[in-house]
Amino acid sequence: MNAIGWRNLRSLNQEGIVFAIAVVLFVAAAIGLPGFIDPNNLVAIVRSVSVLGILALGMAVVIIGRGIDLSAVAIMAMSVAWYLQLLNTGTSDGLAFAYVLAGVLAIGLLNGFLVAYADVPAIFVTLATGSFVFGYVRSQLITQDAVPVPQGHWVELLGGLRFLDIPIEVFVFAGLAFLFFLFLRYTKWGRYIYFAGDNPIAARNIGIPVRPMLVLRYVLSAFVALIAGLLTAASLHSINTRVVNSTLLYDIVLVAVIGGIGLSGGRGGVRNVLVGAALIGILLNAMTIIDIPLLYQNLIKAAILLGAIIVDGIINPRDEQTAQQGDI
Amino acid sequence: MKLIKTLMAAATALAVTAFVAPTFAADDPGPAAYAQALKGKRVMLVPLAMGFDLAQGWAHYLKKEVEAWGGTFETRDPNWVVDAGAQAITDAISSDTRPDVLIIHAPDLNSYSKLMKKAQAAGTYVLLVDNPANFPADAFVGSDWDRLGQLEAEAAIKGCGENSSKKIGLVQGDQANSSSLYQYAGIMKVLDKHPDFKVVAKPDSNWDATTSRNVTTTMLQQNSDICSIIDFWDGDATGASAAIRDAKLDGKVFLVTTGGGEKAADCDKLQDGTYGAVVMTELARQSGDMNAIIKFLLQSGQPAGTSHTFIYTLEKATTKADLKPDSCWDLKALQAEAAAK
Repeated sequence: MNAIGWRNLRSLNQEGIVFAIAVVLFVAAAIGLPGFIDPNNLVAIVRSVSVLGILALGMAVVIIGRGIDLSAVAIMAMSVAWYLQLLNTGTSDGLAFAYVLAGVLAIGLLNGFLVAYADVPAIFVTLATGSFVFGYVRSQLITQDAVPVPQGHWVELLGGLRFLDIPIEVFVFAGLAFLFFLFLRYTKWGRYIYFAGDNPIAARNIGIPVRPMLVLRYVLSAFVALIAGLLTAASLHSINTRVVNSTLLYDIVLVAVIGGIGLSGGRGGVRNVLVGAALIGILLNAMTIIDIPLLYQNLIKAAILLGAIIVDGIINPRDEQTAQQGDI
Repeated sequence: MKLIKTLMAAATALAVTAFVAPTFAADDPGPAAYAQALKGKRVMLVPLAMGFDLAQGWAHYLKKEVEAWGGTFETRDPNWVVDAGAQAITDAISSDTRPDVLIIHAPDLNSYSKLMKKAQAAGTYVLLVDNPANFPADAFVGSDWDRLGQLEAEAAIKGCGENSSKKIGLVQGDQANSSSLYQYAGIMKVLDKHPDFKVVAKPDSNWDATTSRNVTTTMLQQNSDICSIIDFWDGDATGASAAIRDAKLDGKVFLVTTGGGEKAADCDKLQDGTYGAVVMTELARQSGDMNAIIKFLLQSGQPAGTSHTFIYTLEKATTKADLKPDSCWDLKALQAEAAAK
């Protein structure tokens, strides 16, 4: 209980804790589980969290700006389902893609506009637009939950692409992570996101275009969701809109939050997403190798999330500012 | 000659009587009683969701028949949400237009039991389709999932062959749905009789294709000599097949699954070798069974909840070798037919 000990513990933030847990798990699995350390298995781990990680990148940018995007999974599944439906009913590829791209951008703009200019809390706006996107596309634009990719279409070929035997989505994830890193770290607008997330009113007072930037973040998140959806369809040769009902959305938030991106905004970055994704990937893979039933997998996942949040709450107590402004 | 004449006259008379007799058929009491018992009756289908092949196929065949005898057919779409299904059933029971027959596709063994009891108490016959539940419905129409699991395991054993690794992987659905639990029990029954075959892993997909792909990838990574995988539903077996394709084990791993026998979902994939065998439900026949039991119940005069009949659909494991043009039904064709009307 000496002061130095406390200081050392305090320097360990949530990202550090989660990273440490991930490393411990990795080493334990490498020693205890046969085949875990096999290069192919390591590639499979990264691949299994690639789409999740891509979605989490979009979510991270929104959360850092003190928002949340609960429509991400609906946009991901429904945009691609609509695209494939258009292709299956004979619309030309270019036109179909243009429609879908326009739709995705429109939802992103709508999210951003309602949050930025109508001052509706992000959690309600995106919850509503997510339901709207799902309901409208499911009832009006497509006929079935699962929409197949037409045979020989580029989306199908995309799924078969490999470099050095590594699936394409791993490279897309890595590429996007790098781009987001550059954006957040080295561009003016990227830095502004932290200011706006940390203290929106102060950011506005010093002349940062807080509202247009808010809109941009939701558009970015919607666009990233489209990419994630295309990669999902590429791998499975179809997209099933049932994924909107799954726990994927919570898993995205989990990856971002467990990696240490505070829901109060202004904190975190791409590294946190990578750490969060690594922990989830290693955890799921190890549990599958041990053959733990799904019910227990969810329990273990939830327990680790709770643990990380509690530890974070103890060593990084809320400051006066957050207490006043609140978080989502 | 006289005798012949008499005989002929007698024969004519007989023939005339014989010809006259069928005119009594106009007074066959059947059609009138049938029409009286059925006309204006309401039938409602509450599946897990309307967005997948089985539900759309059932709805097509039921609607055609119910409307033909002058009844009203309705569907509700809970879209895989158990609460929404419960709400739909509650509303249906308490509405002015309470259905006379409620066909329920139960999400698990227990969720709707109380509601189904309420429906019967209100006088609605309850039919369970596809998924059994812990409730004595008036009739259950669907697969004997235990038997279905046995068929899958037999297909997998055959697909592996005697000189294989004899390693089988399972991709289960979840640990709550009766179709998943009974399917597993059936598979294990067969494998117990073949102790040389081993289940090397049995992860759950939670009926999600991406999860199925990820767990299958891991499974194949750990046991690259697996000779067969049984995925518990064709809705997520696309994931398992993607994992097999990615591991470049096409043709080496015999993928067995089960489904509603829809052309694009099952037959096309047997044809192109994605699936080795599919235990298919004959949807038209299953819908026919439902139609028959509905007609029986509505004419029986018995109070709801009296009979507890099980009508299991005949199942068969189909492989590429025994594919026929009519092995599957075609959802696109049904939708085109419905649109043409």
